[in-house]
Amino acid sequence: MTTSETAKIVEEASEYKYGFTTDIEQEFAPKGLNVDIVKFISKKKNEPQWLLNWRLNAFDMWKKRKYEMPKWANLKYDNINFQDIHYFAAPKSDEEKPKSLDEIDPELLRAYNKLGIPLKEQEFLAGIKNSHKVAIDAVFDSVSVATTFKDELNKLGIIFCSFSEAVQNHPDLVKKYLGSVVPTNDNFFSNLNSAVFSDGSFVYIPPNVKCPMELSTYFRINAANTGQFERTLIIADRGSYVSYLEGCTAPMRDENQLHAAVVELVALEDAEIKYSTVQNWYPGDKNGNGGIYNFVTKRGTCLGDNSKISWTQVETGSAVTWKYPSVILKGNNSKGEFYSVALSNNMQQADTGTKMIHLGKNTSSRIVSKGISAGKGQQTYRGLVSVLPNASNAKNFTQCDSLLIGNDCGAHTVPYINVRNELSDVAHEATTSKISEEQLFYCRQRGINEEDATALIVNGFCREVLKNLPMEFAVEAKKLLELSLEGAVG
Amino acid sequence: MLEIKNLSVSVQNKIIINSLNLEIERGKKVAIMGPNGSGKSTLSNVIAGKHGYQINNGKIFFNGINILELDPEERAAKGIYLAFQYPVEIPGIANSSFLRTALNSIRKYNGEKDLNTREFLEECKDLSKRLNLDASFLSRDLNTGFSGGEKKKNEIFHMLMMKPKLCILDEIDSGLDIDALKVISDGVSKYSNENNSLLIITHYQRLLDYIKPDEVHIFNEGKIIKSGDYNLVKTLEEKGYQEFV
Repeated sequence: MTTSETAKIVEEASEYKYGFTTDIEQEFAPKGLNVDIVKFISKKKNEPQWLLNWRLNAFDMWKKRKYEMPKWANLKYDNINFQDIHYFAAPKSDEEKPKSLDEIDPELLRAYNKLGIPLKEQEFLAGIKNSHKVAIDAVFDSVSVATTFKDELNKLGIIFCSFSEAVQNHPDLVKKYLGSVVPTNDNFFSNLNSAVFSDGSFVYIPPNVKCPMELSTYFRINAANTGQFERTLIIADRGSYVSYLEGCTAPMRDENQLHAAVVELVALEDAEIKYSTVQNWYPGDKNGNGGIYNFVTKRGTCLGDNSKISWTQVETGSAVTWKYPSVILKGNNSKGEFYSVALSNNMQQADTGTKMIHLGKNTSSRIVSKGISAGKGQQTYRGLVSVLPNASNAKNFTQCDSLLIGNDCGAHTVPYINVRNELSDVAHEATTSKISEEQLFYCRQRGINEEDATALIVNGFCREVLKNLPMEFAVEAKKLLELSLEGAVG
Repeated sequence: MLEIKNLSVSVQNKIIINSLNLEIERGKKVAIMGPNGSGKSTLSNVIAGKHGYQINNGKIFFNGINILELDPEERAAKGIYLAFQYPVEIPGIANSSFLRTALNSIRKYNGEKDLNTREFLEECKDLSKRLNLDASFLSRDLNTGFSGGEKKKNEIFHMLMMKPKLCILDEIDSGLDIDALKVISDGVSKYSNENNSLLIITHYQRLLDYIKPDEVHIFNEGKIIKSGDYNLVKTLEEKGYQEFV
């Protein structure tokens, strides 16, 4: 390797600081997708017959789709060869599942430490006084490798574990709610996920319990040519509250990798779920090579009266993002919220937004979307607000703002509004703006250089969304925005 | 402190400033007056380093350094402050955090460590009280939704917090009521001392009645056509620009 090549690689590596790979022994399922692979995954997880049948049914439906990926989004991407992907990859040391955190492969712990995610509880406890406790479930490729603070949560009756464990230990809850919010056949990717999902997180909050700490899952794709298909299910029983955060990263690879997750949230009467995402999958290089294809189905149901579901997302990664975290407002007086910051730099594309489906009376929803496009990035907000005939006095407010940096990027807004009840109130506001030369000169005249000035203006633009994130993660999200904007000016 | 030598500037091949020579000494208050379109604002932008101007000739020395080579933020770090004619709005960023970011950027450039946040906020509160500014002034988004007068007062507030060596007031008095004018002239008298300098660019004599400049230059077609002391302001008031143009 020549010196200049080395320098280039180092330079690129510094742009996406999570781009390392971890050299651990891994076990793969053979590439490709067929009935045997579905059975293999199910067997690996020692699943009961009903779940295997559920997967096989999903696979049957998916086969009928004949690899026809949805094309309606404002996204350009290559067709995915679904027979060229590993549908299961696991660290070998997981063969014999660690019984405690001490038994985890040290190489894995190192990988998570590099990501800034301490899996050892004592590191939390040894941390700064009064530091915020966060329970973490870490998912490495297809399996969950560690869940922290289990005992403390158990005392309150809170279940926070990997999806696989939930299948073994809480089959009734899983059976009752799995697929109840996102039906198997909902869309191409949820259908695929239902057949081959490998792991993910499971949360159950018992009646009238306020979860005393943030629950968090960190997803990491490590293996090459591997898809990640995780499944998350969160149930907040009557009068309970939980705040949940997910973060994600992946190594830098030249080929595109597929991530197709399904997240289902269920809020019963008087319950509240706050779900925050900081998505930082590898976005590909400046020329659009590599990066994660992020096709995700996230939906929550406000099943009970007076329940509330709030999505907050900061999307800075992935080559392609296709994601619409939604809320079905079934219970009377229920509330849905969607706060989003999405940033597309270089060749990144994002088509993201939400659906708010008002079924119950006096339901209300609020959508605040902030899209930032830089480089040659393309950004589309796509949102549906639907008020059904029984949803009297439904209220929606949508604010949709786009910020452009430079002249080669694009911002698009596609709102769908469907109101079938006269006693409802739906409002949509949208703006598009550009960081002006005047703003930059003003900042620079005050001593703030162009890059910092851009970050400052972007942070101001996103404030309404960022302030909804838990404090620590808001700081992380701010830094991430700054990093993702590097090279966007000048 | 500031020495402009033989400066010629054009925009889209049209000459705006034509072989200008001007010196501002330490501790002096200098006013440049002139009719609309005489090149006054171009001059302040060129000193501060705004892009889009073609420098055909000449040099600008600030404390002995030719600043035409420097980026706007470097000039700011060296102590040049421009109070804008049209201050920009930045939604979502509190006035005080913008100011703190600015001060810390300059401190970083000069190899100093960050400000103590508590001391900074105390100084902010103290100063806003002395300028009769409402307490909400600090927490509101930078200039966002500010009235014209509030924006100009904010420029003076920033100036007093940033303590520059040279302050350029670019038409700070346009569209102001008497109250705002009073705040601004109070602010300027708090700022002025024997160690720093002031360049006041204005169309009207009104502000100069309060500030009382040491030197007055009348500017037209990118050139100084008449220089004098404060008395020149009075002559101008009586006879108008026509007399000199």
